[in-house]
Amino acid sequence: MTKKLIRGLIPVIALIFLYAPILILAVYSFTDATQIGAIRGFTLKNYVTLFTTEELRNMILGTILLALASALLATLFGTLGAIGAFYSRKRVSSAVSTVNQIPVINADVVTGFSLCILLVVVLGISKDTYLPLLFGHVTLSAPFVYLSVMPKLKQMDSSLYEAALDLGATPASALFRVVIPQIFSGMVSGFSLAVTLSLDDYFIATYTKPATFDTISTYVVNATKGSQTAIKTALWALSTLIFVIVILIVLGLNLRARRADRSDLRKEAGR
Amino acid sequence: MANSENIIELKHISRTFEDGFAAVSDFNLEVKRGEFVTFLGPSGCGKTTTLRMIAGFDMPTEGDILLDGKDISKLPPNERPINTVFQRYALFPHMNIYDNIAFGLKQKKTPKEEIRKKVKKVLELVDLEGFEKRSVSTLSGGQQQRVAIARALVNEPEILLLDEPLGALDLKMRKEMQIELKAMHDELGITFIYVTHDQEEALTMSDKIVVMSEGRIQQIGTPEDIYNEPQNAFVADFIGESNIFNGIMTGALEARFAGGHFKCVDDVAEGTQITAVVRPEDIEIVKPGEGQIRGRVISVIFKGIHYEITVQSGRYEVVIQSTKSAKVGDEVGMKVEPDGIHIMIAEDHTNIFPVDMNRSHRLEFNGKELWTSLTQIIKGSRRNENGELLDENGEVIDPEKIHISAAIEPQDIQMTDDIDDEKVLVEGTISNLIYKGDHYSYVLNTDLGQDFIVDDEYLWNMGDRVGLILPADKMRFSVKK
Amino acid sequence: MKFSRKTLGIPYIIFLLIFVVAPLLVLFYYAFTNGQGQFTFRNLTGFFTDPNTVGTLFYSLAIALVTTAVCLLIAYPVAYVLATSGLKSKGVIIMIFVLPMWINFSLRITALKEILTLIEGNLAFYPFLNSVIGMTYDFLPFMILPIYNTIVKLDGSLTEAARDLGADEKRAFLHVTLPLSLPGIISGVSMVFLPAMTNYVVLDMLYNSTYIMGSLIGSYFSAYNWHGGSMIALILLAIICVFTLVTNGMEEEDARAGGALL
Repeated sequence: MTKKLIRGLIPVIALIFLYAPILILAVYSFTDATQIGAIRGFTLKNYVTLFTTEELRNMILGTILLALASALLATLFGTLGAIGAFYSRKRVSSAVSTVNQIPVINADVVTGFSLCILLVVVLGISKDTYLPLLFGHVTLSAPFVYLSVMPKLKQMDSSLYEAALDLGATPASALFRVVIPQIFSGMVSGFSLAVTLSLDDYFIATYTKPATFDTISTYVVNATKGSQTAIKTALWALSTLIFVIVILIVLGLNLRARRADRSDLRKEAGR
Repeated sequence: MANSENIIELKHISRTFEDGFAAVSDFNLEVKRGEFVTFLGPSGCGKTTTLRMIAGFDMPTEGDILLDGKDISKLPPNERPINTVFQRYALFPHMNIYDNIAFGLKQKKTPKEEIRKKVKKVLELVDLEGFEKRSVSTLSGGQQQRVAIARALVNEPEILLLDEPLGALDLKMRKEMQIELKAMHDELGITFIYVTHDQEEALTMSDKIVVMSEGRIQQIGTPEDIYNEPQNAFVADFIGESNIFNGIMTGALEARFAGGHFKCVDDVAEGTQITAVVRPEDIEIVKPGEGQIRGRVISVIFKGIHYEITVQSGRYEVVIQSTKSAKVGDEVGMKVEPDGIHIMIAEDHTNIFPVDMNRSHRLEFNGKELWTSLTQIIKGSRRNENGELLDENGEVIDPEKIHISAAIEPQDIQMTDDIDDEKVLVEGTISNLIYKGDHYSYVLNTDLGQDFIVDDEYLWNMGDRVGLILPADKMRFSVKK
Repeated sequence: MKFSRKTLGIPYIIFLLIFVVAPLLVLFYYAFTNGQGQFTFRNLTGFFTDPNTVGTLFYSLAIALVTTAVCLLIAYPVAYVLATSGLKSKGVIIMIFVLPMWINFSLRITALKEILTLIEGNLAFYPFLNSVIGMTYDFLPFMILPIYNTIVKLDGSLTEAARDLGADEKRAFLHVTLPLSLPGIISGVSMVFLPAMTNYVVLDMLYNSTYIMGSLIGSYFSAYNWHGGSMIALILLAIICVFTLVTNGMEEEDARAGGALL
């Protein structure tokens, strides 16, 4: 009995550890408190500040735009790379796969710092062109797209492409009409991974971003060091908002998966 | 008191899962020391759950398991002198063959030297001398199987449990292993409890077979008993091939089924509704007019040692195994000796009869349409704009290739004098009636050769000609591929 | 040029050469030169002779080790309990544990900081403790997920076989489940240990004045000292390489032993 209790308790304690800070902050985001402690009056002031302060709005929009743009480029490069490597000789493909692993295992500090030296110090590209930042994020996430597309290529029936050629398709249309649909789910999961990596990144951005531009991460880090309480508590509102959005996305994905499960079951029952 | 001859006894064992599903109900079994017992049944019949309760991986919700007279049903698996050969072997992938086999002995703190000797000996027993250092992943399926057996046997268990151990092997390997397992059993004298869904495997290897279905024991007996004297229609159908007919006793040692009259050896009271089982090899093809029934040959398949001949006799399909071939389309007679017929008292009087799908994809019986939804009977099917029936893959269903049977309870059939009533599906003559306390049970011989059992509270006379009304909404349909 | 599937890879190969290979070469060059572009070992010897920098190296190793150990001690029981539970919607529950990964880390750490400030008053009093708490909070899901994935895929009949052969629950766990969940532990460790050595921003946000290896790069960057920073980056790279080689070796050994699992 006690054993069962302990078994149940372990995950609960871990969950409290993971969620308590976010949830407490969420509660306080609806009050006029400037720090956590005694509960004060209810207010939506923080949410108003979040949406009306131009600086905050620009920072959030900029982060999202950067995430989408870099994820698109990363998906393009990573997918092309995976297809090219998959159909190349073994030596070439294993070389590409090895180099592809470097940004994956490397510390982000090292990646960001080395990109900054090459692009800004050596090549003299201005950070204000946003190019170092954009390509920094592509470098961060393209290898992950490569890694999510590769297994799909390996699972694909290799005779599909040949069948398409056999039926008169040109290599290019065979690629677009047969290969791409087969690996599309890998591209989608690679793209969404790229978006989350970009949203969560701090180090690449610090080393490559223009001085006047901030992503959510760099902005929050600077804000916590500063003493502007209005901005600080507006960030609590942002945290709560993101938390809700993440929950909604996860719930949506789950519902869809369940619906798919159920229709699978129905098909099964029909057999 | 426990019988000292019995190594293990299962008394009133039941296992009900949290969701209310009864995997095993009131299971009673006694196993003698050194016996080879097989649990046989289709998947989901509770045989593996029973085995897991003997091993200790699952606890019965009711009942006792006695090992040498002592209740072990609450004992954890590691404290039972019983070892298991798992379905997919469950060899430890991070250990080599030696460590896998030595695992049990190490748990018992056996001296190293003794472990070494025992492992060597058991590897010889399974023909894998010198495999000690090999890793599990380098072995073929058959070899892994042998290691799994060796790993269990090295502990010298009182009982060896085998959970479909040959299921993952190919046919040839399976046959070889069957012989080897049987030889091992004879040599070691250990009690084997074997689980399989393969009736042939069960018949070749076992001393005793326990046939299970839906969590219940259907029959316990020697392979010969089970094959020759099945206790009910399930066993007859599951073990070997058989023709199963509903019928009725028409006299002393005389029965009517499949549209014919047969002499039999089972003494069942006249008027009793019965199920008759006839093995395909017990039917002899004779000239038309001879034998008890006749029909037309509809298919002949050469099976290596014999021909499998299917004959359409009235509404019945009769399967016959014969060393002599026949020609499709031939008119033949069929003869069954009295000892080739096995009569069982029918516990269930449901009328089961084949129905047809006509060209316009509607169900019909005796040329009359049944008003029912075919899309609900054939799962996944739908109708296209032409009214044609499509299967789940969107292809038009061929009425010739689908067999649908209908079932209707005796109390759901109505009899009427008005033979021209448009609701009448088929006419027949009352050939038997029994008073059952509150109603009469009638047997009707129809012109189709199909007999119907009808319950009615009013008295009709023998030989009356009546029309039968079979409401389609009372029928249950099943599809055979 | 004629279209072929191989040529599709060329843009990515060029991309990797520019953005992955070239930066590393530049890093090498800067690490072994001084401001005048002359070849020198000074950056290297300077690092290992300065007690401050060597101290930072050991301090970050210590933080990484303790963080990894704490993560493992929390994550393994959680993953084990979840994976071996009879729950039907295990997938959803594990999702709840990894869901915080999708919330921006800086916002999560802000939340943690507020809580810790409430409890401790002044965060500066417990720098080591706060570093470990902060990183554990940030990285815990990365440890839970791979361990859970390994245990949940384990063939349940393996532990049953161990029980059947006379092992009690504890021994069955020690001799079968634990060794077979090693691949998950290894990948979890590698996802926690390396960031714990370098992710200095977590410490920054918790008002922590202590330095780890990553912070050194940050301070050289602020001082425009590319040569010194490159050397730190190179040393980190070397540590990462060694670490990866070791864990890969362990995983390969495991894969060889675990081949039958597939």
